[in-house]
Amino acid sequence: MHFEYRVQGGDFVRAGQASSQVKKILKQLNVASQIIKRIVVALYEGEVNIVAHAFQGKIYVDIETDKVRVVLDDVGPGIPDIEMAMRPGFSTASPIVREMGFGAGMGLPNIKENTDKMKISSVVGVGTRLEFVVNLKE
Amino acid sequence: MKVKEVVEALNLKVFSGYDGLSNTITGGYTSDLLSDVMGNAPPGAIWITLQTHVNVMAVATLKDLSAVVLVKGLEPEANTIQQSNNEGIPILGTNLQAFEISGLLYNLLNTK
Ligand SMILES: Nc1ncnc2c1ncn2[C@@H]1O[C@H](COP(=O)(O)OP(=O)(O)OP(=O)(O)O)[C@@H](O)[C@H]1O
Ligand SMILES: [Mg+2]
Repeated sequence: MHFEYRVQGGDFVRAGQASSQVKKILKQLNVASQIIKRIVVALYEGEVNIVAHAFQGKIYVDIETDKVRVVLDDVGPGIPDIEMAMRPGFSTASPIVREMGFGAGMGLPNIKENTDKMKISSVVGVGTRLEFVVNLKE
Repeated sequence: MKVKEVVEALNLKVFSGYDGLSNTITGGYTSDLLSDVMGNAPPGAIWITLQTHVNVMAVATLKDLSAVVLVKGLEPEANTIQQSNNEGIPILGTNLQAFEISGLLYNLLNTK
């Protein structure tokens, strides 16, 4: 099954809507709640990163029999140093965004923690692609 | 312990999400950083925070939290209230600050 969602940079009011729709779909498909929780954490962090750091993006979700594969593709500033971005606590979030409680620099580490495979590719000045896979079976 | 029992015991204000007053609280988490809560709050937790915007409800919903407590007399924004009602996750309020209400909640949840 394949689903796609659009994400608008800067639109914090709607941040998390794609994640919430995917959660509902996974529930309907009777995916184990432990697995849903992991997918939802990773997806939300990826979605919010587009809202907080990029201009616009698309989320592609593929639900297969043994895994869920997610690609988040954005048009944005890109990430100059991915290794540094992955470090817990590293954030370039603006003061306003931080005041809202974003910008702890924990999003990418959360994604790593909750997925079985994770890959970031990015071109500075063009955009970022985050891909992750969560296995549905142990 | 049910949300409504905690509301009564600690004299909390209920802003919204009345359908969720019978939710069961299975733990607690105190933080104002959304990705900290996303990564670390246990499911069923009551979340103590000073954040009042609608993303609080996105996190609470995605994490299946039992309720949110706003500290220091803070009030939820209108769309936060709306989301809380839609999802049946109550937003509660107290005039206490986070340390104090966390301590009270900790004791309450660990003596029952
Ligand atoms: N899609 C993206 N486009 C551009 N930069 C990004 C993107 N995703 C992450 N980054 C960069 O990587 C940094 C770390 O991301 P991470 O999600 O770990 O933390 P954060 O978003 O700053 O804070 P938090 O996720 O804790 O609210 C960001 O501050 C930003 O500089
Ligand atoms: Mg982030």
